[in-house]
Amino acid sequence: MSAELQSYLILIVVGFLPSEVWRWLGIALGRGLDEQSEIILWVRGVATALVAAVVARIILIPPGALAGVALSVRIAALAIGFFAFLFIRRSAFAGVLAGEAALIAGALAFGG
Amino acid sequence: MSAEPTEQPPHVSAQVFLDGIVAAVRSVFFYVLVGNYLGLGALAHEVGFSFWWMALSTLLVWAAPAQVILVSTLHTAALFEVALAVTLSSVRFLPMVAAILPMMRRPGVRQRDLLLPMHLTAISVWVEGMRLLPLMPAERRIAFYNGLGVGLMSAALIGGAIGFVLAAKLPPLLAAALLFFTPMAILMSSARNSRTLIDGLAFALGLVVGPVVAAQKIGLDLMWTGLIAGTVAYAVHRLREARRRGTS
Repeated sequence: MSAELQSYLILIVVGFLPSEVWRWLGIALGRGLDEQSEIILWVRGVATALVAAVVARIILIPPGALAGVALSVRIAALAIGFFAFLFIRRSAFAGVLAGEAALIAGALAFGG
Repeated sequence: MSAEPTEQPPHVSAQVFLDGIVAAVRSVFFYVLVGNYLGLGALAHEVGFSFWWMALSTLLVWAAPAQVILVSTLHTAALFEVALAVTLSSVRFLPMVAAILPMMRRPGVRQRDLLLPMHLTAISVWVEGMRLLPLMPAERRIAFYNGLGVGLMSAALIGGAIGFVLAAKLPPLLAAALLFFTPMAILMSSARNSRTLIDGLAFALGLVVGPVVAAQKIGLDLMWTGLIAGTVAYAVHRLREARRRGTS
């Protein structure tokens, strides 16, 4: 099997099915599910922490061109973006803008 | 009478579908999605996936967190671990689908008529759907929701395609900034969506526990981080609830 075909097969088995199954279950179970039930709250905690771990991974072991920016700059830019979000009316736009500006400024000032 | 009285003529359905697309383009989520997927498309390019693989992953998976996990771990982690992380990140669809379905169910609607609208369900589509569907007659809701979903998915496809192409052409510093968009956007949307103590605490703990677990080199580090940090956040929430009940 060619590598290209294999990558599509993996997309279906590892990406599509594990994600889609919850939508199907949602149709099958329909009503009678409380979004505030204890099990759902716990699962939401696990999923949120997992996504946070992905963010940490991208910052610590960055792909491609991002690896050219120093680790300290990457961490500082993420923190600056978060504080900008907190202090500028909880605006996600302001946060992303501040983080991006900090990353570029930091990379220019301290070298890649 | 030969036709069901509630059945829509095809041209009405098509019009309602178009209305859904217009609602998508008017939604702020349209532009948020273009931005989010710019970073994701760039990420897919840097890691070595093809243009069409990236587009198909948006069509099939249609969940930004799951796609970020796929793209950033598929080349380094075991397939089983990736599938597990993807499925844990998508559990939220179950309660979301269960909550919006009753708005579309009515006599004459078959299970398979619901497969497409439910596949199109992602946070953005769901939020707009919950807001807009109650405003229209029940027999128009499925066509409208399909239009809304297709419209918003198009935004993601466009963003992903532009990001993928740009990553190859931009100078390294701007390519880095484009790649930085993804962690930044996840951080922002998680911070904005965190309605409870569990959300915020789980995210903060995940940021710290993730690298610590990864450094142990025991494998399955995404899953362990999720279980450890998520359970601790849940336990803190339970303790606080118990204390509040105890003092009141």
